[in-house]
Amino acid sequence: MKWKQLVRNKPFVIGASLIGLLLMLMVMSLFYTPYGPNEMNTAMRLAHPQPSHWWGTDNFGRDIFSRIVEGTQTAFLIGVSSVAIGLFFGLFIGAIAGYRGGWTDEVLMRLMDAKLAFPGILLAIMLVSVFGPGLGNTIVALGLMSIPAFARIARSGFIQYKEFNFVKAAVARGAGATRIIVHHILPNIASPIIVAASLRFSGSILAEAGLSYLGLGVQPPDPSWGRMLSEAQPFIVNAPWYVLITGSVITVMVLGFNLLGDGIRDVYDNKS
Amino acid sequence: MRFYIRKLAALFLTVLLVSVITFLVFQVLPGDPAQIVLGVDADAHQLAELRKTMGLERPAAERYLSWIKDTSTGELGTSLRYQRPVADILQERLPVTISLAILSLGLTLIIGLPLGIYIARRDGKISALFLSVLTQLGVAVPSFWLAFLLILIFSVTFRLFPTYGYVPWHESPLGALKSLFLPALALAIPGIAVVIRYLRNTLLDQSRMDYVRTARSKGLRERSIMYRHMLRNSLIPVLTIVGLLIADTLGGSIVVENVFALPGLGNLLITSIGTRDLPLLQTLVLYIAFIVVCINFIVDMLYKIIDPRIRLKR
Repeated sequence: MKWKQLVRNKPFVIGASLIGLLLMLMVMSLFYTPYGPNEMNTAMRLAHPQPSHWWGTDNFGRDIFSRIVEGTQTAFLIGVSSVAIGLFFGLFIGAIAGYRGGWTDEVLMRLMDAKLAFPGILLAIMLVSVFGPGLGNTIVALGLMSIPAFARIARSGFIQYKEFNFVKAAVARGAGATRIIVHHILPNIASPIIVAASLRFSGSILAEAGLSYLGLGVQPPDPSWGRMLSEAQPFIVNAPWYVLITGSVITVMVLGFNLLGDGIRDVYDNKS
Repeated sequence: MRFYIRKLAALFLTVLLVSVITFLVFQVLPGDPAQIVLGVDADAHQLAELRKTMGLERPAAERYLSWIKDTSTGELGTSLRYQRPVADILQERLPVTISLAILSLGLTLIIGLPLGIYIARRDGKISALFLSVLTQLGVAVPSFWLAFLLILIFSVTFRLFPTYGYVPWHESPLGALKSLFLPALALAIPGIAVVIRYLRNTLLDQSRMDYVRTARSKGLRERSIMYRHMLRNSLIPVLTIVGLLIADTLGGSIVVENVFALPGLGNLLITSIGTRDLPLLQTLVLYIAFIVVCINFIVDMLYKIIDPRIRLKR
C-alpha cells in the first residue's frame, strides 16, 4: 500500500474522514442513541433543532438525530453487502470471460451490456416489484446492479495479465486456474477493484435512498434514510430542517465514498 | 457498410437479451405470476380465472414467443388495472417523460458547456478548487432530494413554479414549461457536474496538443483557437458522456416524476407496482429499456458520423 501518498492526497483524506465519522456514529448507535429511534413524544412534534434535540424532531415527536444515527447501520449494511454480492459474482463472471475468451466472453459481456439497458434503479424496481420490498431484497437487487462494473474490470485485467510471463510461468509450473486467478492475477487488479468498490458503495446508497423513497426499499421497522425523506416531504414547509438534514447525511456518505475512490485512483493511476 | 451491419446485429442481440431478462423477471422467476397479481390470500377460483386470462397454462417458452410477436407488431396487451390497451396508456404518458428528458438534457448542455469552457479558460487554483467541490457535490446529491430543495427555494419561498402537477403542452405551453422546469433542473444537476468536469479535462488535454501551439504561433486569436479548434475536438468525447446521461436521466426520472406527481412513464411504473398490474409493468419495463438501447445506438452512430477518424478506421 502507498500509505504515504494516500495520506497526502486531499480527496482521500477528506473522504476517509467523512466515512470515519459516519462509522464512529454507527458504532455508537449500536450501544447508545440519545433517544429511542422509535420513541414518540407527542408534546414535541416537529420541534426545531435545539439542545435537547440536536436535529429537531419529526411529525411523531421522534428524535431525528437518533433516527439518522440508527440509519447509519442500514446504510453500511446495504453498502457492504451489495458491494460484496457485486464483487463476488462480478469477479467470477469477469474472470471466466477474460480467462476463457471466445464465445463465452462474448455471451457474458453482451449480458452485462443488456443490464445497462435498464437505467438507474429500474432493474432493482423490477426485482422488488416481483419479490416484494424489504431489506434483504433491496440488498440483492442493489448487489445485482453492481455486478457489471466489477465484471468489466476483472475481464480487462485478466485479458491483460494472462499474456504476462509470470502468469505463463505459473501455467507452465502446472498451477490450476483457481490458483492463477487468486494468487497471480487478482493481486494485480486490486487497486481498480477497490476504486470500483468505493464508487459502487456510494451508488448503492443513492439507489437505496431512491428505492426507499418510493416505498419499494427498506420497510419499517428497519431504519432507512430514504424512507425518512419520504416521511419528511409533507413537512417541507413546516419543518424544512427535517428534509435538509436527512438529505445532507446521505450526501455526506455518498461524497465520502466518491472522494475515497477518486483519491485511491489518483494515487494508483499516476504511475508515470 | 459492414460496420453498420455489425452494429445493427449487436442492437438486435441486445434487444433480444433485454426482452428475455424482462420476461424471466416477470413471468418465470416469480413461479406463478397470477399469484403476484392477486396476492397471497387470493382464492383458488380467482387464481384459475386469472391464469386463463394471462394465458399461463401454456409453457413459458411459448408465452415468450407470442409476447415478442405481439409486442413487435404493436399489440402491447391490456392493462389489468385500467382495462385498456397498454399502447394507449403509454401514448398518454410518453410525452411527459420525453419532454422532461429533452428539457433536462437541454439544461445540462446550456449550463454545463459554457461553464466547462469558462473554467478551462481560467484554470487557476481557486477556480479549480471551487469546481471540484461543486462537481463532487453535484454527483453525490440524490436528485430527488435536490428536487425537494428546488421546491423549497423556488416554489415555497419565491413562488415562481408550481410545487407539483403537470399542465399539458396543448393547454398552456408556458404552464407546461413551468411545471417541468424544476424536475428537469433537479435531473440536470448531476449531469451538469459531469459535463463540466469532463469538458474541462478534455479541453486542458487539448491545450497541450501540437496543433494548438501551431495555431497560436501562426497568430490566431485565443478565442478562435478555443472555439474553432479545441472545442470541436473536445465535443466528440463529450457526446459519449451525453449518451450515457440520457439513460441516467430516464432512470432518474422514475423517482423525480414521483416527487412532482408528473404523469409520465416513471410515475406509471410505480403506480402499476402498487396495483400489481403485471402485463402493464412487463411491457413498460421493456419499453423503457428499448428506448435506452435505441438512444445508445443512435449516439454510437452519431459518434462515428461526426468523427471521420473512427468512420475510416473500420
